[in-house]
Amino acid sequence: MSKVKTVFQTALERGLSRRRFLQMCTALAATLGLEVSQSDTVVQALETKPRVPVIWLQMQDCTGCSESFIRSTHPKVESVLLDLISLEYSEVLAAASGHNLETSRQNVLEKYHGEYLLVVEGSVSLNEDFVTIGGVSSKELLIESAKGAMAIITYGTCSTWGGLAAAKPNPTNAVAVSDIIKDKPIIHVPGCPPIAEVMTGVVGHFITFGTIPELDHQKRPKAFYRHRIHDKCNRRAYFDAGLFAESFDDEGAKQGYCLYKLGCKGPTTYNSCAEMRWNGGVSYPIQSGNPCIGCSEENFWDNGPFYTRMATIPGTQTTINPETVGIYAAGATVAGIAAHATVTAVKKNKQEKENVSVEVNN
Amino acid sequence: MERLVVDPVSRIEGHLRIEADFENGFIKDAFSSGTSVRGIELIVQNRDPRDIWAYVQRICGVCTTVHALTSVRSVEDALNIRIPRNAHLIREIMNEIQFVQDHVIHFYHLHALDWVDVVSALSADPNETSRIAQSISDWPKSSPGYFKDVQNKVKRVVESGQLGIFANGYWGHEAYKLPPEVNLLAVAHYLEALDWQREVIKIHTILGGKNPHPHYVVGGMATPLDINSDNGIHAERLLHISQLIDEAREFVNKVYIPDLKAIGSFYKTWTYGGGLQNYLTYGDFSTGDIRDVELFRMPRGVILNGDLSTIHEIKPDDPEQIKEFIDRSWYTYDGATTGGKHPYVGETTLKYTGPKAPYKNLNTNDKYSWLKSPRWKNEPMEVGPLARMLVGYASGKEEFVNIVNSTLKELDVPVAALHSALGRTVARGLETVLIANWMRNDMDELLANLKNGDQTSFDKTKWDPKTWPKTAQGVGLMEAPRGALGHWIDIENGLTKNYQAIVPSTWNASPRIDNNNVGAYEASLRGTPVKDPNQPIELLRVIHSFDPCLACAVHLTDLENDKTTEIKIG
Repeated sequence: MSKVKTVFQTALERGLSRRRFLQMCTALAATLGLEVSQSDTVVQALETKPRVPVIWLQMQDCTGCSESFIRSTHPKVESVLLDLISLEYSEVLAAASGHNLETSRQNVLEKYHGEYLLVVEGSVSLNEDFVTIGGVSSKELLIESAKGAMAIITYGTCSTWGGLAAAKPNPTNAVAVSDIIKDKPIIHVPGCPPIAEVMTGVVGHFITFGTIPELDHQKRPKAFYRHRIHDKCNRRAYFDAGLFAESFDDEGAKQGYCLYKLGCKGPTTYNSCAEMRWNGGVSYPIQSGNPCIGCSEENFWDNGPFYTRMATIPGTQTTINPETVGIYAAGATVAGIAAHATVTAVKKNKQEKENVSVEVNN
Repeated sequence: MERLVVDPVSRIEGHLRIEADFENGFIKDAFSSGTSVRGIELIVQNRDPRDIWAYVQRICGVCTTVHALTSVRSVEDALNIRIPRNAHLIREIMNEIQFVQDHVIHFYHLHALDWVDVVSALSADPNETSRIAQSISDWPKSSPGYFKDVQNKVKRVVESGQLGIFANGYWGHEAYKLPPEVNLLAVAHYLEALDWQREVIKIHTILGGKNPHPHYVVGGMATPLDINSDNGIHAERLLHISQLIDEAREFVNKVYIPDLKAIGSFYKTWTYGGGLQNYLTYGDFSTGDIRDVELFRMPRGVILNGDLSTIHEIKPDDPEQIKEFIDRSWYTYDGATTGGKHPYVGETTLKYTGPKAPYKNLNTNDKYSWLKSPRWKNEPMEVGPLARMLVGYASGKEEFVNIVNSTLKELDVPVAALHSALGRTVARGLETVLIANWMRNDMDELLANLKNGDQTSFDKTKWDPKTWPKTAQGVGLMEAPRGALGHWIDIENGLTKNYQAIVPSTWNASPRIDNNNVGAYEASLRGTPVKDPNQPIELLRVIHSFDPCLACAVHLTDLENDKTTEIKIG
């Protein structure tokens, strides 16, 4: 293993100056939600860790998660691929095909037993007829690849919850990774796809701190899935004021009114879209005028229709009834805002307590 | 005769398996198989037609906008919705940047390593690479020091023993013809393109909220056009898009195209991979409404047997023209194991009869794929960039004729040379230039409309399902990066009764009906030389020239509701 170099050594040898390396670490720290002063920790960790071998399996997928991964702005995907990880098996990016690619996977299983990360994109079919890769069923491929993994990251809603293929009537008996693998640490990174910087941030956390990020009761990293989109939405002030867009392209939609009446699932969706936004922080669906479809939530495909508003808003229904509150009732909601905030906070505390107990039980 | 198996074929989207019979240094016959299925068309049944774009968008995350767009077009066709001009322009711009970004990613990240030897770049003289770079383009990143840095990056990765994505490539294979200096140039641009692709696609994020998988709406776009609202698409957002369009065009014209021509000039004697010489394109990029076929910048039509003198007309509603066959696919039609159906009466009942996994070989004498076999008047067709460029060329469209002729002249090859793997790759580059120009024009028109006070992007008159007829049928057609794409929808009582998609890679990667009626991949592999069957780089070259997208190709399963019980689960 003496040939395995630390991330820092690799970076230096690739001609990255210490200054640029520090910039990269700072960007990574920003992604992880750390204070700039904490980037020292990042530097030290990367200076002493080798590039982590990664096997990236694609099952019943659309490659959207791989595509999202290569959109990462900080760290840049080139840095991720050449400095942080060694992506040894990938159907999208690998130079090798067929037998040679399979050889790469076998090499990792043998050489790096207990030291590699397994990434899974796409759901797994319990019926071996519906998916084979190299003549092997998706289920067998997963089980074999998981054996020596130190941890598994499920990128996307499909590998995390079953996703699209598992939507009713689930014609191919598609399931999530955690329905099959029970004896490995699993990090759930849901979303259809997940935000690029969330994806690289999770890998970055793992490599930087040498630990699995703190997870909630559904195995999602708290750093990225702690809040509902609704909690940090740029249209939130209008929700609190009782101002709702009634149609796409009406004056309210343009002015930034809440999209709840157009079906927005932001109030029930835990994700970083409103906070980190997409593609380097440029926008996210709600900002661009579209109701959230809740793509990081379990069974979201069956929780529609997308443009029909929910009957109630969890944690907020005691404060505002959007059916009765409109522009002319705005004044009446002022008292409601404080009550709303309290309810949200109480609910959050309760849920975190539940999370703790779940983790203890585990 | 030897059976060669490549599975998985990497640097594509999805799960593709190729089995090829190899004799005396050539591929005698080949079988293309899609080995994964999800059943999306079955999943969308009985759902709100306005939601379907999101489900079918997940057919593919690489061409991440095209199925959504085709879906909303199919619903708008069924309900006779004409979208506002601005919505049309926004959709055009999103599709155009999709093409440009997708084609560049294909060239550098999916296809280049079949032509470019990464390891050879280590022995390049960076001074000479710099000289070559500056002789073909005025792209600023071209100094000897820059290429020396890139070379060092590659060197460290190779020497670390952790080759990552470059592990076990066919480096040093004699099929690689580029001098080390050109290999280094291509590797440098591989890395630059990785940066570039994530920038230019921000156009999707601004207009559709995210990428991959931006949002669409039946009836227009939800994009809040308002130049005087802090929450609207205002000057900052619009100028951001404008800048990204210019950056996209600059990279195409100064990096992609010069590289394509430089690399192509070393391989122009490698004339394999032509195949069917039947080409089909629905056409797209209307300067009016999508119903105005005569206003398409990319014309519609079919070419048969390489005969450029006649363009045949396509009728997507004609039950005798487009049909999907299941003779060699793991499906049944009304209980029968063979036959063809037009998508409006289509059916997909899964019935796997292949070998039990793990298996070494498929039974290619019987059924061997999850892809069906689409045919036009029973003929197999190639779809994609080459089909589009040739139909445009044969139609006499000035833009197409000019760019094709000047490129053929530069490379000093006849038009017949386009019927090849390399021709396909060149056609992809040339259409990127045209589409990038159209993107600029469409953005300018959008800005002009906003200046004139038109900020409308959505038509709500048919939004409420109560306004819909009890039953309606519609087809959405488009050109996606990989070729002709069609979605057919059947609406009943406000819900999706049936949904059928015929996808570019289904045309190209389809299994045969019989040995005289084979799909485009299989036809193009016949006669391709393979020097070393353990390193079938030539096979990959041909397959990658189509830019396979298998999750698209195996979209499938449209069961009639009363037949769902026929699916065997577990």
